[in-house]
Amino acid sequence: MASEIVTHDTDHDVDHHHDDHHHEEMTPQWEGGKPLFRASYGKLMMWYFLLSDAFTFAGFLIAYGALRFSMPSWPVPDFVFRLFPFAGDTVLPLIFVTFMTFVLLFSSYTMVRAVQEGHRENKNGVAVWMFLTIIGGAAFLGCQAWEWATLIGKEHMSVTKNPFGTHTESGAYLDANGNPSDDVFEPGASYLMHHLDHHAHAAEHGDDHGDDHHGAGHTDYEIGKDYKDATIDERGLIHRKYIVTSGEDEGMIKTEMYGPKAFGALFFFITGFHGFHVLSGVVFLIIIFVNVLSGLYVERKNGYEMVEKIGLYWHFVDLVWVFVFLVFYLL
Amino acid sequence: MGLEYTKSKKIALSTILLLAAVTVVEVIIALLGKGYIIEGFHMPWWLMGLLMIGLSIFKAVKIIFEFMHMSYEVPQFAKSVLLPTGLLIWAVIAFMWEGSDWKSRRNLIQDKNKDIEKVEMKNEQTGQLIREIKSEDRH
Repeated sequence: MASEIVTHDTDHDVDHHHDDHHHEEMTPQWEGGKPLFRASYGKLMMWYFLLSDAFTFAGFLIAYGALRFSMPSWPVPDFVFRLFPFAGDTVLPLIFVTFMTFVLLFSSYTMVRAVQEGHRENKNGVAVWMFLTIIGGAAFLGCQAWEWATLIGKEHMSVTKNPFGTHTESGAYLDANGNPSDDVFEPGASYLMHHLDHHAHAAEHGDDHGDDHHGAGHTDYEIGKDYKDATIDERGLIHRKYIVTSGEDEGMIKTEMYGPKAFGALFFFITGFHGFHVLSGVVFLIIIFVNVLSGLYVERKNGYEMVEKIGLYWHFVDLVWVFVFLVFYLL
Repeated sequence: MGLEYTKSKKIALSTILLLAAVTVVEVIIALLGKGYIIEGFHMPWWLMGLLMIGLSIFKAVKIIFEFMHMSYEVPQFAKSVLLPTGLLIWAVIAFMWEGSDWKSRRNLIQDKNKDIEKVEMKNEQTGQLIREIKSEDRH
């Protein structure tokens, strides 16, 4: 820059005399030569990129918080997230997401170790710890894939339909003849509307789902038909009927409704956006891992700064998960 | 940066163990508060919320200051990042509050509409038919 200004001065000495004079009078604020905030340009810009990314996530979480707390009821997380891979229908509330959180946390630790090995220019150390971080990131993505597959394939959650509901009154489910059965519930009880296919499948195997087993007597429900104990919607979900036993609607016969539909959209968009960050993080980790192996950063002699920068990004992904975990699974 | 290798290694290990422990405590609070651990024991929602939000912010601080090395950066730089982040966290919490206010206002309006319906039914003394239509509307 400085040399450019000099040539500029000599080329246009007559026309821009006034401007040149102005240049000379200015006292320079910052002359370069030393990095701003004593951090490299790349690191600073990674931090400000992460700050801007935090704004995006905050926007999503604000939408989530405002919508959730404006609804009369919201799917209870320890009911929605109660399954574990290979554990069948055993109820293990929040255990799987806790496992996912641990996977991400420990991949954050291996990332710190990679950065530390980088500071003392230990190429093999960086490679080993980065490799473990990549494994951790991939494991987290695998867990998330299972979680999504369960929600979409098994529990029939979609962006616009949420089969998880919450009762606001106490009541008793009707049996196949339309009479109140022993299957009673209290206000605040959660339900999941089951699909015809799963229902028939469960009945064949004499498999009782426990508390949340839905659809009492019939095994021959048909899509779009109305029965004494349930209505089957066009998606094949069983809406059970119940008689209200408390409150001002006591004695009325009601049908289970879909839960707040914003749940599916918010869940898939927010965990999807976070998962996309993890995915791109894994891709960048792999690229930098290959560069580490090739010895590129040995030549740069800057303490593996590139590993430090991807480390910042990786910790940020973990940081966002702390809040996703808080608002979706804990609260 | 700025720290010697063995010391920073120790800090990283103690930080990750602390984060893991806090996560376990959070999950225990969530399950305990909702009656999974002790039969019939529930915690008030505001206490659970306060504890879990507090612990999560503690985790966030640990990640930013130790894993992301913020405590070893120049203070002015740290402020330029942390101030907006703090405001964002405040905004998220404030909008949860805002949402619950939307709910209470909607309930208020619904209650008032119910009163109106009752008055109408008293005034029109035409009887059964109207009453049935209105009560069906309410499902």
